[in-house]
Amino acid sequence: MTTAIKESSARKADPERTLVQTHEREPGRGRPTLLIRPSRGWAALDLADLWHYRELIYFLTWRDIKVRYKQTVLGGAWAILQPFLTMVVFSVFFGRLAGIPSDGLPYPIFAYCALLPWQLFAHALTESSNSLVANERLITKVYFPRLVVPISAVLAGLLDFLVAFVVLIGMMMYYHIRPTAAVWTVPLFLLLAVGAALGVGLWLSALNVQYRDVRYTIPFLTQFWLFLTPVAYPSTLVPVSWRALYGLNPMAGVVEGFRWALLGKTEGPGALLAVSVAITIVMLVGGLYYFRRMEKTFADVV
Amino acid sequence: MSEVAIRCEGLGKRYRIGPRERYYALRDTIAGAMYAPFRGLSRLVNPRSAGNHPQSNNTIWALKDVSFEIKQGEVVGIIGRNGAGKSTLLKILSRITEPTEGTAEIHGRVGSLLEVGTGFHPELTGRENIYLNGAILGMRKAEIVRKFDEIVAFAEVEKFIDTPVKHYSSGMYMRLAFAVAAHLESDIMLVDEVLAVGDAAFQKKCLGKMGDVAKEGRTVLFVSHNIVAILGLCQRAILFDHGRVLEDGVSQNVVGQYLQAIEKTTDLPLANRLDRQGNQALSFVTFELRDSNGAPIPRVYSGQDVIIALIYRSNTSRPLKDVHVAIGVHGRFDETLFHLSTSVNGFEFEKVPPKGMILCKIPRLPLQPGRYSLNVYCTVAGDIADWIQNAGVFEVEAGDFFGSGKLPPADQGVFMVPHSWKISSTENS
Repeated sequence: MTTAIKESSARKADPERTLVQTHEREPGRGRPTLLIRPSRGWAALDLADLWHYRELIYFLTWRDIKVRYKQTVLGGAWAILQPFLTMVVFSVFFGRLAGIPSDGLPYPIFAYCALLPWQLFAHALTESSNSLVANERLITKVYFPRLVVPISAVLAGLLDFLVAFVVLIGMMMYYHIRPTAAVWTVPLFLLLAVGAALGVGLWLSALNVQYRDVRYTIPFLTQFWLFLTPVAYPSTLVPVSWRALYGLNPMAGVVEGFRWALLGKTEGPGALLAVSVAITIVMLVGGLYYFRRMEKTFADVV
Repeated sequence: MSEVAIRCEGLGKRYRIGPRERYYALRDTIAGAMYAPFRGLSRLVNPRSAGNHPQSNNTIWALKDVSFEIKQGEVVGIIGRNGAGKSTLLKILSRITEPTEGTAEIHGRVGSLLEVGTGFHPELTGRENIYLNGAILGMRKAEIVRKFDEIVAFAEVEKFIDTPVKHYSSGMYMRLAFAVAAHLESDIMLVDEVLAVGDAAFQKKCLGKMGDVAKEGRTVLFVSHNIVAILGLCQRAILFDHGRVLEDGVSQNVVGQYLQAIEKTTDLPLANRLDRQGNQALSFVTFELRDSNGAPIPRVYSGQDVIIALIYRSNTSRPLKDVHVAIGVHGRFDETLFHLSTSVNGFEFEKVPPKGMILCKIPRLPLQPGRYSLNVYCTVAGDIADWIQNAGVFEVEAGDFFGSGKLPPADQGVFMVPHSWKISSTENS
């Protein structure tokens, strides 16, 4: 992908190839002025415009949450059942039958604590990747910063996470696990998970507009990614010399961070976490710029 | 108020057409990358090269060299045939898509209404959809709260405001959708064909609201096929044809030009018309007017028994089943006057041969002298088979409709209606 970016920025000189829309609001006047013209080169992120549309992010997130469990019998209970049942399966097959170690923690809570951020990530990744195609009507009929769509798709998963988190608190009480002061870092790991999901989701959602292959790739992607993430097994199974490299999977940092912050038994994820944070930032910033670059063609192609 | 609201200079938009327009399988890019690694992969980051190859002739200019200026407070109608570039223009002005060349300058807050009810979710209630749709259209939450009661009252859905809209009738749904959009506070309104939906009462209400908007001094750009609406609302109209501005001026003149242009297409035999829709399971070849003896006639008279004959062919050699045909008769402003339809009058064709002629008889043609046009429409097994607008025109000449030996005066409406008179005394005797 980096080759491609270099290649195309080398082409920036060719005006036929590049276009970005610029819009400038004239300050200090009652009527805003908007200039529409073919844009050139890589577009600026224009976070101000995004901020202007923050209420739309809120409403789209709210819509996704409201609609998700409509016409289901179990409703919001699905938010708990999904990680919980996965935890049961993991505990039986990996914990009991395969005898996979769990850093000295009871296997069920070891797995459940990792499943929460994992499912948040996997869900956010899937939803955001499909979000532009799913909201095709909006994109072809109304203007708003397109970033609103994948962002609200990611945010909508947070409520499910919070609901399932309550069960984790119950399990911690059941297993008599007292959180340490490290528990206050949980929001940071949550942010990392959301950032990683958005980073990947931005790339995939923009690609999905043009290449519908993406939609069929995502189930495999999340499945492989699950095996690459220390959800069913501890990262201590990975040789020490490879541990930092393992952090290239940002979810490795997130999951280990969650276990450290909540269950306290494992040691803090040092180098691994640093690599995870770095790669997340790279993916997120790259995704934002890539998304902004592709954005102008969404309405024509989707 | 002579400040400029919208100024377009040399606007152009090029689309790529052909089978590859929508999907580009990733394997194409990857395969391409094997031969020319950089060119292939650059598609991933270079949107223009992905969709457009300027040198190939698979591209079409949906809009080309469009320049005009609209002053604040002007209400301008945009007319033109399907594919003339009207909607593309609105999409560019509302920033949904980018122009390929040229610039547009907009002074003021833009509210665009390319569709009513965008983003409505069937599972959400009316109330929830008002908030969602409002936010999508760019309204602030505080603004929606302030206008909420007004919107609900306009839509006349007070009783059902907390019912999911999937249980709404289509009329209620449309009213609610339009109501939200109509209450958008903006300096400039871009409106596309929203009036083409809903029942007559709803359309009238929408037109009324549009009129109010225009009177408030807001700038309105209004795309419509409804010539009557354009004439009623807009002082100025711009006629588009094949992506270019053909005429720009007082709406009466521009509309006249447009109607003339439409008539020209009707000179083309139906078989050669390309501006048709449907799967062509059955397609119309020619249309003729005949008298009651079946002899073709060039023109008809008011009060004459007239047969409209539609000669068709099909793409199979077997008889067709479940065929329904409709003919719409339109007046001089392209407004629908009446509709002749097998699905409405309950008629079923027993046998539809693969090639043949459909005859529709109108006893005592009740039309005043003038020029009329026809739309023809046909479905086979529920799917649209052929649909041609302005399929033909015909002249009606003055005739003795009432059998009284007198010709009815011209310019007294469109229709003649059989009627009788009677007199009685009201004096008490």
